[in-house]
Amino acid sequence: MKDPVLEVSNLKKYFTIGRGQVLKAVDGVSFSIQRGETLGLVGESGCGKTTVGRTLLRLYQPDGGTIRFDGQDVTKAGRSQSKVLTRKMQMVFQDPYASLNPFFTVGEIVSEGLEIHKLCASKREARERVYELLSMVGLSKEHANRFPHEFSGGQRQRVGIARALALDPEFIVCDEAISALDVSIQAQVVNMLMKFQEKLGLTYLFIAHDLSMVRHISDQTAVMYLGTMAEYGPTQEVYSHPAHPYTQGLLSAVPVADPDYERTHQRVPMEGEVTSPVNPKPGCRFCARCTRATDICRRESPALRDLGSGHQAACHNL
Amino acid sequence: MSEHLLDVRDLRVSFDTYAGEVQAVRGVSFWLDPGETLSIVGESGCGKSVTVQTIMKLLPSPPSRIKSGSIHYQGRDITHLPDKAMDEYRGKEFSMIFQDSMTSLNPTMRVGRQLCEGIIRHQKATRAQAKQTAIELLGQVGLPNPEQAFRRYPHTMSGGQRQRVMIAMAIACNPKLLFADEPTTALDVTMQAQILDLMNGLKKKLGTSIILITHDLGVVAKMADRIAVMYAGKVVEYGDARQVFYNPCHPYTWGLLGAMPNLIQDVKSELYAIPGTPPDLYAPPQGCAFAARCPYAMGACLKGDPPKFVCSDGHISRCWLMDERAEEVMPPDGIPTLPRGGKQA
Repeated sequence: MKDPVLEVSNLKKYFTIGRGQVLKAVDGVSFSIQRGETLGLVGESGCGKTTVGRTLLRLYQPDGGTIRFDGQDVTKAGRSQSKVLTRKMQMVFQDPYASLNPFFTVGEIVSEGLEIHKLCASKREARERVYELLSMVGLSKEHANRFPHEFSGGQRQRVGIARALALDPEFIVCDEAISALDVSIQAQVVNMLMKFQEKLGLTYLFIAHDLSMVRHISDQTAVMYLGTMAEYGPTQEVYSHPAHPYTQGLLSAVPVADPDYERTHQRVPMEGEVTSPVNPKPGCRFCARCTRATDICRRESPALRDLGSGHQAACHNL
Repeated sequence: MSEHLLDVRDLRVSFDTYAGEVQAVRGVSFWLDPGETLSIVGESGCGKSVTVQTIMKLLPSPPSRIKSGSIHYQGRDITHLPDKAMDEYRGKEFSMIFQDSMTSLNPTMRVGRQLCEGIIRHQKATRAQAKQTAIELLGQVGLPNPEQAFRRYPHTMSGGQRQRVMIAMAIACNPKLLFADEPTTALDVTMQAQILDLMNGLKKKLGTSIILITHDLGVVAKMADRIAVMYAGKVVEYGDARQVFYNPCHPYTWGLLGAMPNLIQDVKSELYAIPGTPPDLYAPPQGCAFAARCPYAMGACLKGDPPKFVCSDGHISRCWLMDERAEEVMPPDGIPTLPRGGKQA
């Protein structure tokens, strides 16, 4: 049964960067996430992944489109409503060094939200809750009185997760939450995130550039290119039958930990790099790098086309 | 003794700090032949970069100090060569590609002038000749419009373009040995693939040997002929690429392989996470440094540091499980059982 927690349609976020130039960071992106599922959002740096995540939580005001959370339009929420929404929608940030206040102890960082939302009746109850949260993420009681600089990157990211979980959220945006960590620590954090999803029924938007990790964690995968959605669908479908030339190039560029495979595998050629999102030309955003580009690609931007079983891609040559 | 291009034996490097001695590298040995790629894999803080920077003599001393061991290059001992003598090697015989191209290029100099510096110094070229060579190099590393790139400042380029400039600088004097310290970690996968292809192409064309430091096993599979897996300042497994990938003989290597999801394999329900974190190198543990995180650890692991066991020809593992007295263990799925009872190297 379909029960979307989050429905985003035609989301736009533009930044004006002076001299009348407009940077179209997100330009008409639509997707939905079912309750208890994970949407993986992938793409190269500068494609607007992070902007999508931040706009969902209204760290940026969108310039167009709607965001519906539990059927309610987030963009039109008033003050009191938005306070409820911030409790339900939380974020784990990329950089565990910059996203924790160095002047606060870990206990204060985790309990700040509890105080703001008055979720605990007494100081004592709040303290108990902080201890509980810390043990959930594999830290101990004693860590509550320490400062962020006393922790390793993996431990800090655990603190960031505890802070997000403190408010009992329904939806968490993980913005490159594991990319700053070592391989063995990444696996620890990913396993933990998946365990919480099962136990607490959480819904994730997992933003990452590591395609193999996204395949591991996501039910649905969305591939973005320069502010637009290139391909979107069930993870299994997108990875086994990539339809968009960009997805094909991206997937074949990922090195696989298997020497025999690597020696024989032919890469789908994709040269050059991402073009500028400032004042983009009409037509398909990918056509400058695409080997299959034709005249129509330079004139019209392609719409997402349905390929069956929820798999969609935006390409004229399908 | 056969002569290798580079032969590092039992290298130990420490840093003297106020808090005490950090034993960053605790006995590393490996060798490399012309035209080969050696990959050093491991987590941050395991001593990969320190090893390479010691060979290049890039670490200030003090605080760094070579405690013991030797580095031979083409049969010559360069372990304690003074800085002045090293200048003849650096840039000419060895060169290095750094991870962060933003901080390793000089932001106040145009790309071309930085590139010419080495050429003028090592090839005794005139300014005009150097410029000619530099422009050719920029074209060779795939920068469109090399004449224009020659006059640009690093901050006007993208990460991938700057990394190409770094490669051009590194190969400017036809070095025999190229060190690449996480050359693609800061780049997107598509740019990473292009840069790695470029490095492989240059290796084939110029016959350069490469020492590649990385933590990405996918990159290792693509590039390496030989692999050294490092943990807490020691090489725990060493062998050629197929031996280490298809027949890994150290629980840490198993952990690394299991911790990364793979694009071509079926999705596993849970990743194999190595519990805990690497040890503190101020006071390295007495026995095997990995024992505290190892699910297979035995009594012997806590007491004595494991010696090198030979798994097969040229394949070495430092793990007590390889000893014939150890109980047989079941490695994780898809990994063959350990060839126990091998000789100690």
